[in-house]
Amino acid sequence: MPALMHKPVTTMIAVALLGLLALVPIAAEAFDDPFMLTLFTRIVIMAIAAVSLNLILGYGGMVSFGHAAYIGIGGYTVGILAHHGVHAAWIQWPLALLMSGLTALLIGLLSLRTKGIFFIMITLALAQLVYYLGNGAYAYGGDDGLTILKRSDFGGLIDLNHRPTLYYLCWAVLVAALYLCYRTVNSRFGMVLQGAKSNDRRMATIGFPVFRYRLTAFVIAGMVCGLAGVLSAAFTDFISPAMMHWSRSGDLIVMVVLGGMGSLFGPLFGTVAFLLLEEILSSWTEYWKIVFGPILVLVVIFARGGIDGALMRGQANILMAGCAGFFLLYGVHSAYESDWLIPTAILAAAFALVWLAKWLADRRASAKEAGHV
Amino acid sequence: MSDPALQVPVLKVDGLIKRFGGLTATDNLSLDIRAGEIHAVIGPNGAGKTTMIGQLIGELRPDAGTIHFMGRDITAMPVHLRSAIGIARSFQITSIFPNFSALDNVALAVQAHDGHSFRFWADARKDLGLREPAMAALEQVGLSHRAGVTASALSHGEHRQLEIAMALATKPKLLLLDEPMAGMGPEDSARMVTMLRGIKGSVTILLIEHDMDAVFALADRITVLVYGHGIATGTPDDIRRNEQVRQAYLGDETPSLQGAE
Repeated sequence: MPALMHKPVTTMIAVALLGLLALVPIAAEAFDDPFMLTLFTRIVIMAIAAVSLNLILGYGGMVSFGHAAYIGIGGYTVGILAHHGVHAAWIQWPLALLMSGLTALLIGLLSLRTKGIFFIMITLALAQLVYYLGNGAYAYGGDDGLTILKRSDFGGLIDLNHRPTLYYLCWAVLVAALYLCYRTVNSRFGMVLQGAKSNDRRMATIGFPVFRYRLTAFVIAGMVCGLAGVLSAAFTDFISPAMMHWSRSGDLIVMVVLGGMGSLFGPLFGTVAFLLLEEILSSWTEYWKIVFGPILVLVVIFARGGIDGALMRGQANILMAGCAGFFLLYGVHSAYESDWLIPTAILAAAFALVWLAKWLADRRASAKEAGHV
Repeated sequence: MSDPALQVPVLKVDGLIKRFGGLTATDNLSLDIRAGEIHAVIGPNGAGKTTMIGQLIGELRPDAGTIHFMGRDITAMPVHLRSAIGIARSFQITSIFPNFSALDNVALAVQAHDGHSFRFWADARKDLGLREPAMAALEQVGLSHRAGVTASALSHGEHRQLEIAMALATKPKLLLLDEPMAGMGPEDSARMVTMLRGIKGSVTILLIEHDMDAVFALADRITVLVYGHGIATGTPDDIRRNEQVRQAYLGDETPSLQGAE
């Protein structure tokens, strides 16, 4: 079973990536680059949302095109409470989870009776409904959004105003979400979820009332995503309908697909790759999507199963080439404006070297094989 | 032992009718399946066999008539509840979970009948309460040596065996087998016949099959379906001798019938 043999590679890379992410505040301090921390806080928060979407999209086969709605619900719950002078995190956060769970329950109850394109369109429509609710909530800023004047208060236990602390909280939530996903997916519940994705007709004939399991997964995913919204509100001190616009839901789907649907760490890879690319390309040109779109298409064509799929198949050369190219671009780009040039150049060179070594080894191996035949 | 004809039948179908537009796929069909028997339903293509299974399993709602299971009216019962009270089915076209291993497939069937599945934490693949019965079902169909293989990598014959292992794992009282030998070579077919003989008696079986050799080798009773209507029910010998059956269905297949004798 080659797929299983490659699994530890993915896990090792993912753990390494999480480790690197844990070092971001230290690196930001060392390079005296506060923007780095800002960027990666955003990445980690979006990764939480992507992990939650992966639970229903990747493992459950439910292509929810309205997942950003829960980011909004989580954020708005915190924002509205803060607006009315309730700052205690012990009230804000559980209530935000409850609200996003209830919203997911409602949307799920309506949408999960349909399948395929109908499901996609209904989740999209219902999420847009939530978006327009935010748009019309003039008491809370309407489409201008609402500034949160005071961050959630943990009674001195956790100080969210301290940026590294906030970052580490997000990081811990991400790790917890990944662990929760890991346990859930391999549990009895997870088997039902995956079975229903694979063959829901058969699930019914062997005796599973599939609907209620799907709905439960939908609610869990909504709540975890709501938590991402809470963190986002805490991070930006701002809520607006834009955070739940349908294009944000689309971004989340792309992150999951890019990283690898139905793989535990896929959404993590996908989010990091997506947001870093976006960051770099958009700083180059206003028309960055012209470059970004074809890259996504290339990934879908050449790396089926996304980044995780390429790792599992041992297509390390493709990934290394991708990473080398990426850091090369980034190095050239950085040369203009910041002192990231040296570290990124080193990274680009390292990836290029690994790629070259791998390529040479592959060539020698295939030459040897040909020689034997 | 009391006369089996006097016992409450495991499955009693009465006046079943199902129409699709102008086509009557099931036409006033009545059927009794007795405990422990293998009851075969045969009929030419388009006779309405799969439509009948669909109604028995609950995927199709009949337009008229009733279905009783162990004396209980199940005509309007949903699919998953029928499974819960002991009706299992294998599909004519293999219907499995291709990404799961063979053992995972069967374990999922065991899980379906082991309480609710709102258990989010413990690893289901390490749950002996699921793995052991699943392994036993695989052994029953002779597939235990392939337990760890991803289902999509199994051969066609093995898929058919897996289908039946999944159905058996739900510990059914009634097993509906929809052409279990479909697409099988003679060797696999023979193995399937031996396997079904092995489980005969422990579970009541309704067998739909085109392979006449298999049907006459296995069945206690046979019902012949033509245009959705049961034109005859009886022992294999009765059916062989039945003039109406010969004319309606078996006429051109008489040589193979005799081959089965």
